Amino acid sequence: MKRTAHIGAVTIAAALGLAACGSSTTKPAAGGSTTTQKPSGSSDNGSATCGKPSGSGAYKVAFVYVGTVNDGGWTTAHDKGRQFAQTNLGDKVKTTYKATVKEGPEAAAAIESLIADGNRMIFATSFGFQDSMETEAKKHPEVCFEQATGFKTSANFAEYFGAAEDTDYLTGMAAGAASKNGKLGFVAPFPIPEVIREINSFALGAQTTHPGATVQVAWTKSWFDPTKERQAAEGLVAAGVDALGQGQDSPATGEVAKAKKLPWAGYDTDQSANFPDNWLTATVYNWGPYYQSRIAAAMAGTWKSGSYYGGPKDDFVGLAPFGKLVDQKTKDAIASKLAGFKDGSFYHLTGPLKDQSGAEKVAAGKALELKDILSMDWFVEGVKGSPKG
Amino acid sequence: MSINHNLLVEVAVSGMFYGTPLVFASVGEVITERSGVLNLGVEGMMLMGAAAGSWASIHISGSNPWVLFCATIIGAAAAALVALLHAFLVVTLRVNQIVAGLALTIFAGGAGLSSFLANSWNLAAKPAPHQFQELSVFGWKNAPIIGPLLFHHNVMVYFSWIVVGATSWYLFRTRAGLHLRSVGESPHTADAMGLNVARIRYVNTMVGGALAGVGGVYFSLLIVPTWVDGMTQGRGWIALALVIFGFWRPGLAMIGAYLFGAFASLGLTLQARNVHISPDLLDALPYLMTIVVLIIVSNSGARKRLGAPAALGQPFIRDER
Repeated sequence: MKRTAHIGAVTIAAALGLAACGSSTTKPAAGGSTTTQKPSGSSDNGSATCGKPSGSGAYKVAFVYVGTVNDGGWTTAHDKGRQFAQTNLGDKVKTTYKATVKEGPEAAAAIESLIADGNRMIFATSFGFQDSMETEAKKHPEVCFEQATGFKTSANFAEYFGAAEDTDYLTGMAAGAASKNGKLGFVAPFPIPEVIREINSFALGAQTTHPGATVQVAWTKSWFDPTKERQAAEGLVAAGVDALGQGQDSPATGEVAKAKKLPWAGYDTDQSANFPDNWLTATVYNWGPYYQSRIAAAMAGTWKSGSYYGGPKDDFVGLAPFGKLVDQKTKDAIASKLAGFKDGSFYHLTGPLKDQSGAEKVAAGKALELKDILSMDWFVEGVKGSPKG
Repeated sequence: MSINHNLLVEVAVSGMFYGTPLVFASVGEVITERSGVLNLGVEGMMLMGAAAGSWASIHISGSNPWVLFCATIIGAAAAALVALLHAFLVVTLRVNQIVAGLALTIFAGGAGLSSFLANSWNLAAKPAPHQFQELSVFGWKNAPIIGPLLFHHNVMVYFSWIVVGATSWYLFRTRAGLHLRSVGESPHTADAMGLNVARIRYVNTMVGGALAGVGGVYFSLLIVPTWVDGMTQGRGWIALALVIFGFWRPGLAMIGAYLFGAFASLGLTLQARNVHISPDLLDALPYLMTIVVLIIVSNSGARKRLGAPAALGQPFIRDER
């Protein structure tokens, strides 16, 4: 029949087209690197009643991820940390993970099944797992629980996170120096303290290398929506900014920087190889040594609960390699501030600090306390946009 | 600043840029639904197209246009295969179309097959080595107003215009289109006329899937352009809403897609200019429009008049009379 002939022809044409396309065998090398410093963790309350090895065999530890291990950002970084710990601790430990676990009550079921599988320690790597972790920690006092980015703790439930604001100050320095007109843009996820203090630090850093620099904020209200991030970055560039920073970890903002030939500071992943002409640097987390030391402590029975807040001093947060847009003078300035962060002689969230209206928020010589930093809900002078989103 | 650098032109151009993947996906779904098959798996098919297109751009060697051409075809083919699965489920096995579509979204979607394949192909965090670029048609990209609106897009935008025109022509001006619509309106009558209902539904479900795949390629080779898990972020569902918004007509679906893209950009563009209108409100506007249209369409009389295929979502069983 005529129609059959038609369909047949189309199918054959499509098959030929596909076959003609063929495939080559190039395989780009994997990027990323890991440093090997050990964090000097700070723990206070609680003692090691949890996580004692039960029976013989490998010590089982499980990770609960919000994304997939190939998200190229947050979860990838955590999984590199897991592999780091696994490699260094060897056969006596068996780490596993559950990826794309839904935040909220569903997470409890995932954790429950991991415990049933014999895991003695659970790491959950997103804020939204907090309530499930708290409930499960109460139900299973024999298991050690650790959660990234939260604030609740108990005897067998610890928190950990990194002071990204310290290194964001340094990325801000790079962005300020690279900007010609002093107008920077920041593609931001959610208006929460963690992000607000990062934007403030970025702005303060930029103002040291580019006096009077401003940072215009555009909120995407999402941790992950590359399309929206690109729209926000384009909007910022159209409004006149000539350097970009971001609080999400996708490369969408970088693509806009590339298209518009502007300098770009990333977040959480090293994109220096992918964006050689635009890359400045980025805050990167180094989870591996922390995971290793915590698992080792739990196995040895010396694990303690607490809130760990790792900074540049522990190399828990650091900078991705500089791109070619960062000049030597700026590199030197950043290196000296980084040294200051490490030896405690410098801290950027120190008065005098003014808010957006120009009113003094922190008096000269006074440093912000950790609790005020962790609950920061105001923008410093020079940041444009609303801290309420 | 030239006349082309004002809020209106920028938002309009942006609306077209971000609306284009929705044009492909929604026009594809128009074709599928016109044949009486409801495929809720658009999101999953887009992600499959995005992953396959990204794979192709890394592994195929050749000149830029050639690789992009191949990547688009491979993305479309991958999504069409997913659509084939849907057609098999709902046409041959007569599974409930809503259930099958949802299953397909989950199976091929952000946490499913597309993610698994991208993981095994090692696609993450590598910018596509071949990407679509904006053209300057006739060198008129800087012409006042019409330059950015008409002559300064990437080739996919122009391709989408051809697809919209061709689909309208196919649906309403060709014999095959007439057959397709009759299968969607009244499969029993079509069957009595001697048409092969199952085959027509299979073919058009796959064509719809292929277009959704092209929409997915637009994300992984153009907007981001790197494979990122679940990168379409629910835009497949928007495409489904646009089909209703466009009363099952390709041209109207395109207008809806552009409006959606423009609203999405407007909020962020205003924010970047430090203008405070709640971005959440602006984000909600396209959905609000869809709800209004849904209310209009839900009236069954209007539904008929406006173009919803009468047999949409119903399996065809020959003996059942």
